[in-house]
Amino acid sequence: MAVQNLNQTSLLEDVVIDPTKDAVVIDGVSKVFTMDNGAENFTWPDGGNTPFAGGKGTALEGCFRVPALLRWPGRKPKEEKKREVRAVDNVNMVVKRREIMGILGANGSGKSTLIRILSTLLIPDTGHVSIFGYDVEKDERMVQKLINRVSVEASFFKKLSPMENLIYAARLYNMPAQEARTKIRTILGRLGIPGDRIGQPLENMSRGMQQKVAIARAFLTAPIVLLLDEPTTGLDPRSKIDVQNFVERLREEHDATILITTHDMDEAEALCDRVAIIDKGRIVAMGTVNELKQAVAERTERTTPVTMNEVFMHYTASHLITDADIERYGSWEKAFEAYEAQREDEEE
Amino acid sequence: MSSLMHQGRATYAFFERNWNLTKRYWAWEIVWLVYNIVNAMSVTYIGASASLITGTPINTNYLILYLLIGTSVWSYLSVTFEGVTDMITIERWEGTIEHTFMAPISRFTHLIGSCWYAVAHGLLFTFIQLIVVGAFFHLDLSHANYLTAVFMLLVGSISFIGFGIGASILPLLYTERGSQMSYIVRAILLLVSGVYYPIQVLPGWMQPLARISPATYVLDGLRAGLLNNQVFWSAEIWSYTWPLIITGIVSVPLGIYIFRIAERYAKRTGKLKRNG
Repeated sequence: MAVQNLNQTSLLEDVVIDPTKDAVVIDGVSKVFTMDNGAENFTWPDGGNTPFAGGKGTALEGCFRVPALLRWPGRKPKEEKKREVRAVDNVNMVVKRREIMGILGANGSGKSTLIRILSTLLIPDTGHVSIFGYDVEKDERMVQKLINRVSVEASFFKKLSPMENLIYAARLYNMPAQEARTKIRTILGRLGIPGDRIGQPLENMSRGMQQKVAIARAFLTAPIVLLLDEPTTGLDPRSKIDVQNFVERLREEHDATILITTHDMDEAEALCDRVAIIDKGRIVAMGTVNELKQAVAERTERTTPVTMNEVFMHYTASHLITDADIERYGSWEKAFEAYEAQREDEEE
Repeated sequence: MSSLMHQGRATYAFFERNWNLTKRYWAWEIVWLVYNIVNAMSVTYIGASASLITGTPINTNYLILYLLIGTSVWSYLSVTFEGVTDMITIERWEGTIEHTFMAPISRFTHLIGSCWYAVAHGLLFTFIQLIVVGAFFHLDLSHANYLTAVFMLLVGSISFIGFGIGASILPLLYTERGSQMSYIVRAILLLVSGVYYPIQVLPGWMQPLARISPATYVLDGLRAGLLNNQVFWSAEIWSYTWPLIITGIVSVPLGIYIFRIAERYAKRTGKLKRNG
């Protein structure tokens, strides 16, 4: 296949890209968040979410607690103070140019945190991330020229129309408005957005249509690396297929490298060259869909075909089920059930 | 050259976006304008009633104009400040903050691009307010030099932008009530800058604060222009202009520097995200 010129937009005129380099290199990246216990959005001076001092105790004890408002501000019982959440834990990954890499994980597994680090919105505690050799922290502006992102919620000024929102984005990415207007109409048309809706406020559009406008925005700026954070979550099946087709077209027409997070196993199977499964911030498996299926089939001694759902469940169970576990419990299913029961007990 | 063109386009993008938002929120703009006018009239009536309250004859026209200038500057400062601090609040509320912060533009472009719309917006509001309230009181403006008034507001705007950028780190760092926290900066400027009274009436320990507040010099310059017909190249106006130039030169880079530190902190702690 002919290699297209990567520096095809005015934005990238002064950017030197070595196409032989890996598109994305994630090297030992970790991120820990410090959070307040109790209510996330609001805490009384004692750190609890009631006007009484925090801490565990009986109802009677609660009655005799000193109201937090009468306490010296900032004093908190030890157990009420900050807790740490390891969102991303020593992640290593290399994504080749023109590859579509899927990142699969449950809610809260660290997928979005990883995407935000790649998007220059979050600084990792340890490790390095580079896009075509440019470090996301040191060469932030350069990386920003190479990437774009579509998040699970279409992030727009909802009172403005798709055209107004996309012209705004085009100008930020150094595209003349005249050129952008033509492109916007073409791209939105290809995504099935009727012409008469392009000038109407986005708030009057369905979620699926809004998400298509978000995809159009990413396509408009022709990113070299596209980060898709659950782009099809909540979309109807037809919209999902439209978006998936568009992602594939982006790779074909713009030579884009794509990272996509999802919990839709069918989507991962349909789109991704390789997938990485992330659980509690750690990459627990990585490979092509077939490689992962085969690995699980061998480990569970299955003769019938293994589905991606089963692959996902296998790797995101409370423990990685090893050969020793299978020997100990008699079968893979029994080991899985035992560990799930154990996890439920621990959570209670 | 290409980079300059890019930053210019991006600067205009913020202006155009804010203008589009203003058009869509037109009802809110009218409410905000009426609020400012009513507020200004309430303050100005204090001047109109001063003779009645004290029982001594005073130059009512002068006092009304004195207060009207104060309330207009206060209104201008509020609208401009609101526009600057809102660049974070609105984006967080709309959910676009992440998209804007990952755009390949300098923070200077982002902040100045958002600010110049705030200045234009504030100037327009203040002008309308002056016309409406002035007409209400049939003021004698024969000694007013409008060119000096516009000059003082524009020179003062640079410092207001610097202060506004500094204050906008509050909504960046405090995701829930940061915008409201920035009111404290405005409130302090209101107290120490002689908006409704000469700063000489302030206690001695407050006077140094008045001297570093750009609003003090804007007010003095405006009063000299509108009450005493001072031209903007006069020595008196220059004595108010040079402190504003110095404050502007210091406050804008300082505001951007503080903002960058806050942005880095937000990126380390995960605060650079939408609400909800």
